[in-house]
Amino acid sequence: MSNKPIIKVENIGKQYRLGTVGTGSFAHDVNRWWQGIRGKEDPYQKVGEVNDRTMVGGSEYVWALQDINFEVQQGEILGIVGKNGAGKSTLLKLLSRVTAPTTGKIICHGRIASLLEVGTGFHPELTGRENIYLNGAILGMTKKEIASKFDEIVDFAGCQKYIETPVKRYSSGMYVRLAFAVAAHLEPDILIVDEVLAVGDAEFQKKAIGKMQDVSKNSGRTVLFVSHNMAAVKSLCTRGVLMEQGKVVFSGNVDDVVNKYLSNYSVTDSFIKLNENNKDLLCCDIVCVEEIFFEDINENKLAVSSISDDSFIVIKYNVKKSGYHLNLSLSIYSEDEEYVLSSPSITDENWFRKKHDLGNYTAKCKLPKHMFNDKSYVFSVLLVDSGTKVILEIERIIKMDFYDDGINRSSYFGKWNGLVRPILEWNTEKES
Amino acid sequence: MSLTDKQSDYILVIEPKTKLLDLNLKEVWRYRDLLLLFVRRDFVSVYKQTIFGPLWFFIQPILTTIMFMVVFGGIAKMSTDGLPQAVFYLSGIVIWNYFSGALSLTSNTFIGNAGIFGKVYFPRIITPLSIVISKLLGFGVQFVLFLGVFFYYLCFSDAILKPNAALLLVPVLIIITAGLAFGLGLIISSLTTKYRDFTFLLGFAIQLAMYGTPVIYPLSEIDNPKLKLVIQANPVSAIIETFRYAFTGVGELNWLWLGYSVGFMIVVIILGILIFNKIEKTFMDTV
Repeated sequence: MSNKPIIKVENIGKQYRLGTVGTGSFAHDVNRWWQGIRGKEDPYQKVGEVNDRTMVGGSEYVWALQDINFEVQQGEILGIVGKNGAGKSTLLKLLSRVTAPTTGKIICHGRIASLLEVGTGFHPELTGRENIYLNGAILGMTKKEIASKFDEIVDFAGCQKYIETPVKRYSSGMYVRLAFAVAAHLEPDILIVDEVLAVGDAEFQKKAIGKMQDVSKNSGRTVLFVSHNMAAVKSLCTRGVLMEQGKVVFSGNVDDVVNKYLSNYSVTDSFIKLNENNKDLLCCDIVCVEEIFFEDINENKLAVSSISDDSFIVIKYNVKKSGYHLNLSLSIYSEDEEYVLSSPSITDENWFRKKHDLGNYTAKCKLPKHMFNDKSYVFSVLLVDSGTKVILEIERIIKMDFYDDGINRSSYFGKWNGLVRPILEWNTEKES
Repeated sequence: MSLTDKQSDYILVIEPKTKLLDLNLKEVWRYRDLLLLFVRRDFVSVYKQTIFGPLWFFIQPILTTIMFMVVFGGIAKMSTDGLPQAVFYLSGIVIWNYFSGALSLTSNTFIGNAGIFGKVYFPRIITPLSIVISKLLGFGVQFVLFLGVFFYYLCFSDAILKPNAALLLVPVLIIITAGLAFGLGLIISSLTTKYRDFTFLLGFAIQLAMYGTPVIYPLSEIDNPKLKLVIQANPVSAIIETFRYAFTGVGELNWLWLGYSVGFMIVVIILGILIFNKIEKTFMDTV
């Protein structure tokens, strides 16, 4: 194989116009057209802001991607990671030629097939068989190629019985399996995949991931993979690209990229410190909570933790009036507002049900490993006097993200359901 | 798409600006199977889960013809140039149906297929091409109906029908109709991606345009020369007149106006492809 990169991305940029299309945009179009006739540059390409959703900008134009440069070698599985809105999907759209870039160019030495979605172009009225041909052709296969793989596809999807039934009668799982089966049997030089793995049941996901690995290992195909599932990225990809606000901020070995991604993950609300703005929330006339944060076993502050590491929540508070019981209690919610658990400080031998003196206190609660799932959790902190009298209730004050490090998964890469994720003991014996 | 294509042979460059005319027929050819499958899908899915199936392709023109016979022939007593009303109306209806059906669908190419276009690349021109072809199949079915009615009147009635050498022009007429619908459809679909105003216009424009075409009246009935010129300026008029003339000997075979229709078709196809080319790369951002 040559050393020439199979994909070379040079200075790619993509600008979008914000807001609705109306007379205002028509005026811009006319101006742009007029400048074009006079041989001048597009006047609106000079403006435009960095892609940051949280800030309200003055410009009507925004750069979803800016100055993107990278190369992909043949046979590599490149993982593209980044937060929502970092520009990953826009990049994939450009690579798969759904839309054209505003600046720069991409040179590919091979045919590209993209899976931005499975089942594109499936027609509900047509049968499974008809849809396999149609979908395959949309993805770039010829009729002959599809015919030669037809049995394999049906087998992979596991829907022999339904192949002559219109797909509108399929269960959603079957529909997705059939759609993925077609996609999995594509044989392009370069395959672009966007999180389509988040579909199907566990068994099918395993098959899908296995198929993708085969594709790259056995036939030297190049795969570009976008996902939020760090476990899948880590185990599938060889190299990674980290994107932030429409720019490539880091690229290299996939482990480094994933770590880098996790380390600068939304630090803002994983660390609470008393200030002028949150004074009312964190203080009452008896006690003031001064800091809440997470740390690891070595007392390094954390914003995100692996599900298989111990972590701690630390609450520092200052008692302003002595003589009260200040029993701490945590309530933990999932991000979708489900109540996961609560934990009062009953096990705290020093200060549970003890009258507090004036001064500063630091409470630590261990969040044991193998307890949380790879989700975000929101914590509420309660200070309760003896019995049920609430002294201070700080609701949903701090957030912690847990990520899946891929340990204890065996070979399943799909979504792991459930609010918690303890490791339960299993034991099977064969009866004699 | 197999690996047997030598990798070094194939270079794809993705760039913002396009050449003025960048048709890439080679790529369209590579996707010919997709074209055929689209045609099949469009044709087949129309009558899925119906009892009459493809018969519906007959029923619609038959009912339209009967309606025209009652309203325009019976009530308004409009001339049909001495032809049996069924033959006269049906000859106009099959051509007009093909033109208007293909045009209204092709002009919806970008908006109607945004879902697919937004997820996967294939030469976009495949879609309008497939529409024109699948509508051609529908036209074929209706044309058979017309032939049936025509032969009935030719053999079993005393109506004077004089089919003539102009019949050789019929395939050409169909091609011009297809070309006009294709070209105009490309232009309109490109215009509607960003500004939807045209979609509103097109809906009733097609309806009204039928009255500006000699579907329900013969061109020979128009006395006012100015009005006649307006109707002849409609490129479909000469097609319908020639079509009728070929089968019945009544009507007008005017080479000048037929040539005008051909010229019109060539212009709209070239213009359509130019605009379509410019729009197709970035329409996803504005649709």
